[in-house]
Amino acid sequence: MIVQVNGRPEQLPEGATVADAVRVVGLDGERRGVAVAVDGEVVRNSDWEQTPLTERQAVEIVRAVQGG
Amino acid sequence: MASRQVARATERGLASEPGFELGGRTWGSRLIVGTGGFQSLDAMERALAASGAEIVTVALRRVDPTSKGSALELIDRLGKFALPNTAGCYTARDAVRTARLAREAFETDWIKLEVIGDDRTLFPDAVELIDAAETLVDEGFVVLPYTNDDPILARRLEDAGCAAVMPLGSPIGSGMGIANPYNIQIIVERASVPVILDAGIGTASDAAMAMELGCAGVLLSSSVARAKDPEAMARAMRQAVDAGYEARRAGRIPRKLHAQASTPDEGLPELG
Repeated sequence: MIVQVNGRPEQLPEGATVADAVRVVGLDGERRGVAVAVDGEVVRNSDWEQTPLTERQAVEIVRAVQGG
Repeated sequence: MASRQVARATERGLASEPGFELGGRTWGSRLIVGTGGFQSLDAMERALAASGAEIVTVALRRVDPTSKGSALELIDRLGKFALPNTAGCYTARDAVRTARLAREAFETDWIKLEVIGDDRTLFPDAVELIDAAETLVDEGFVVLPYTNDDPILARRLEDAGCAAVMPLGSPIGSGMGIANPYNIQIIVERASVPVILDAGIGTASDAAMAMELGCAGVLLSSSVARAKDPEAMARAMRQAVDAGYEARRAGRIPRKLHAQASTPDEGLPELG
């Protein structure tokens, strides 16, 4: 299935979860300073592994950066 | 124990003041520093350490797999409190969503709320700001809103339950100082939450002035990050905030048109 990850279409296997999308952007196991929203709604860090994605969902994966 | 606390306070130059209350916590430093705009993480580290700030702001952006070094790791290592912001949001909806992401990412309910009206002035959008503030307060956030130097809007934000109001001195990153000190004075006079001067600081005298006007603190970023020597400017800002705070407490003399001799005329010898 195709899922939008940070604005880019990514091919993920059926049954892929939020945790898989997080791995796509190069983060593995890193939680501090990272957050995920699926279609605008926050998915708690503790729920990443249990939250399946579906075709065409938009996943935003953000982290802390320098800013005023 | 008490004498050690006094000694520590004296070291900071705030002998009679234990700290300031913000969001239900007591802080030792009245200076809040942004982390944007530094040339390197190393420059940022030295400046943050020199500033003495306990609260530093951070932003949230899409993960960039190519970026090296983590600002947050550094902030954690320095023992500073990372205050997330909603920089770059133009609507209440985006700001609220960003705040919720920040709560998850940083495990804090604190949010520096920014809702911008346009990218040329970066002035806040008052309508969206109030809307976002109300929603976030309802959701249990400690809301610290960046706002215009508008006393009425400041009051509305306070009424909405914000933990502070943070009026701009002049546009973000402009270094133009405090364009309308009278409005800041009016905001301070009426507010029952801390007023933190946010944006526009160019140099140390601007920060001192904010404190002399009665602000509880100063939030600045570009003036340090883009200074030729950020570490030295951070130290200057720390001293300016302390000096301005002390001057405010000390009570300045009134301004007068004519001179008033400080040396008595009495006992002046006749030398003619």
